Amino acid sequence: MNGKSAAKEPFARVVRRDELPLWRRLGIRVIAAGLSLIVCALFIFLVTRSNPAAVYKSLVDGAVGTSRRTWSTLRDTAILLSIALAITPAFKMRFWNIGAEGQILVGGIATAAVMRYCGGISPFLLFVAIIAASLAAGMLWGLVPAVFKAIWGTNETLFTLMMNYIAIQLTSFFSIVWEAKKGSGTIGTINSDTKAGWISTSFMEGLFGKSNYSIIVLLVLLLTIGMYIYLKYTKHGYEISLVGESTNTARYAGVNVRLVTIRTMALSGAICGLTGFFMVSGSSHTISTSTAGGRGFTAIIVSWLAKFNPFIMIIVSFFLSFMSNGAIQIASEFKLNESASEVITGIILFFILGSEFFVNYRVILGRHHDKNESSTGKEGQA
Amino acid sequence: MKSAKKLAYLGMTAAILTGAAFTASAAEPVAKEDLKVGIIYIGDEQEGYTYAHMLGIEGMKEALGLEDDQVIEIFNIPEDETCAEKAMDLADQGCQIVFANSFGHEDYMIEAAEQYPDVQFCHATGYQAALSGLENMHNYFTAVYESRYVSGVVAGMKLAEMEANGQFKEENYAEDGSIKIGYVGAYSYAEVISGYTSFLLGLRSEFPNVTMEVKYTGSWADQALEKETADALIADGCALISQHADTTGAATACEAAGVPHVGYNVGMLDVAPTCHLTSASIKWAPYYTYAAQCILDGETIDTDWCQGYDQGAVWITDLGESVAEGTQEKVEDTWNAITEGLLHVFDTSTWTVNGETITSTADLEGFNGIEYINEDGYFMESEIGSAPAFSFVIDGVVELNQVF
Repeated sequence: MNGKSAAKEPFARVVRRDELPLWRRLGIRVIAAGLSLIVCALFIFLVTRSNPAAVYKSLVDGAVGTSRRTWSTLRDTAILLSIALAITPAFKMRFWNIGAEGQILVGGIATAAVMRYCGGISPFLLFVAIIAASLAAGMLWGLVPAVFKAIWGTNETLFTLMMNYIAIQLTSFFSIVWEAKKGSGTIGTINSDTKAGWISTSFMEGLFGKSNYSIIVLLVLLLTIGMYIYLKYTKHGYEISLVGESTNTARYAGVNVRLVTIRTMALSGAICGLTGFFMVSGSSHTISTSTAGGRGFTAIIVSWLAKFNPFIMIIVSFFLSFMSNGAIQIASEFKLNESASEVITGIILFFILGSEFFVNYRVILGRHHDKNESSTGKEGQA
Repeated sequence: MKSAKKLAYLGMTAAILTGAAFTASAAEPVAKEDLKVGIIYIGDEQEGYTYAHMLGIEGMKEALGLEDDQVIEIFNIPEDETCAEKAMDLADQGCQIVFANSFGHEDYMIEAAEQYPDVQFCHATGYQAALSGLENMHNYFTAVYESRYVSGVVAGMKLAEMEANGQFKEENYAEDGSIKIGYVGAYSYAEVISGYTSFLLGLRSEFPNVTMEVKYTGSWADQALEKETADALIADGCALISQHADTTGAATACEAAGVPHVGYNVGMLDVAPTCHLTSASIKWAPYYTYAAQCILDGETIDTDWCQGYDQGAVWITDLGESVAEGTQEKVEDTWNAITEGLLHVFDTSTWTVNGETITSTADLEGFNGIEYINEDGYFMESEIGSAPAFSFVIDGVVELNQVF
């Protein structure tokens, strides 16, 4: 194909890139983040006519301005990270588990149930029961679509999505069964008097202040290391990547694809369930349909952006949590509706996700024939 | 003497409720320029209930002469742990007093109140402040039943006029010969029941022979559903519609069908210019001003605050053109009678349950052993705790469904 002989020159074409050096990949993302901040500033300026510098100050202030806010951001990071870790093995084997929301909710319901009905038993037993129940509930929610996929080849995307709706309805149902006051439709704080089943961090108060989420953060960090090892250095992890690359290859290599699918989804669901426990016991002390709050979907972005690398997920989830908590502060400080913070988060995500395109592809304007040819050659090699 | 007795009685019940009388520990007064007020709203200005609170905060700012940056308003906070986080964050920002306006916020306000004993937390429509035993936790509400009663009087006069003019149709009559009217409620619990009962009692003071059909929507604000529900009630033959839900859905249905309408929160003459009579409404500014003033003066805020017309906390919106003759005068007389204590909305001689007059609530289910009916023979709505407690479905009311 000769560009010169073509009668109509396309204005631009898109070519896949070779793997870029790390600094350039990072550079593109930093530029994207910077651009997103500029567009956000423009948006804020247009609606409030305030100084963009003040806007960024309030962004930082909102995310880490006080000890409480810093811990909230760290907690949100840990929760988001935990969900991302949960869905990663499934995604790595190309099982599109978009049912994290539901798996979190059933884990949360299980936690709430044990807290409500077994609040009187010794704290150690109580936590063992809560953790077992939340793991089991999440696992069950993950297993059902996996079994159907493994045996009957059902579509896991639709299946896991629909399981979310069942979980949301179950949560609404229990919101009525356990409601604090007839007619309120909300459960309210569970065990607010005894605080049974609450993850207490008061013993760390001297070090981290009153409202710290040190235990959750620590547990999720351990989980991160564990997941890294599991995926990279264990036979299971290797089987997952084999299945993800090609089920046929995996089968030739003697991998039981059904077993791996079911086992991996059980793990994925169980960790989501455990995240439900982190949320209910560790921070909200209640459960409602807003508990998962869309984070089961945001976590997919985290996992993808990090290319399934658990340590990079820490950075991505921190960035997203930082931005969204900061955006909330911008909205309230500049007398905007909370929806404004969603617009800001949306703009940031748009740029970050958009930057992935430029990491993987490059755009060539029509007239640069030489470059064009050389890069199509490269494409052929790749 | 009577009032002294009543006071003693109230003191007793308060003591029963809280387990012990509070020792008033007055805090240090706060200089006006140092005052910082935080408020957490369930919605925003798009939603009538929150809008009424926003007006109240605005009124407080004006009354006390506060600057804009002394008031931090947080919008669209759901009834979950976000509320606790925001309340504590407001405390971190230096607010001496934090309000929250939705029923489901209460647990989270209590959580915040435990963590910040030096900050005052005030929660609208709740009932747990006294039970929590926390000195810095407070509940507030208004005697909205007074305005419902008066709006009922307006409706009753309209029905009397319609009867005099022979405007009732055959379908308006129930089997027992009474006139059917309809009520679009949100949920079947005390706040709504107390509201429609006071409306009905006011209405019956002018037009006794009615049956009120109540249908619940299961939502505080659902325009389409409220319109649909009102349509169904009108189709069933209701000669007049009132509502306890936040949108203008019922007013729209009434205007289309030419049925008189009594609203809630805001006047609805713009959507129902010919049929809307008035709306029962709340003004929150008196409370917000009172509570903020307490902080300035270093005084203790009432654990349960509930005031009515004499404090300017409730009112009815401007009367529509279609009200019966003499309504304005009657409305003023009724307000006066309420203010002077001559008229008690929940006077037990005006209503029965299953044909019987209720003389005591202490042994009845749902009242936790508390006696709400006093020696003067009326149900002491919002006097013991600020939130509505009247939950009898009285004779003359037909609930078409139940939604909790």
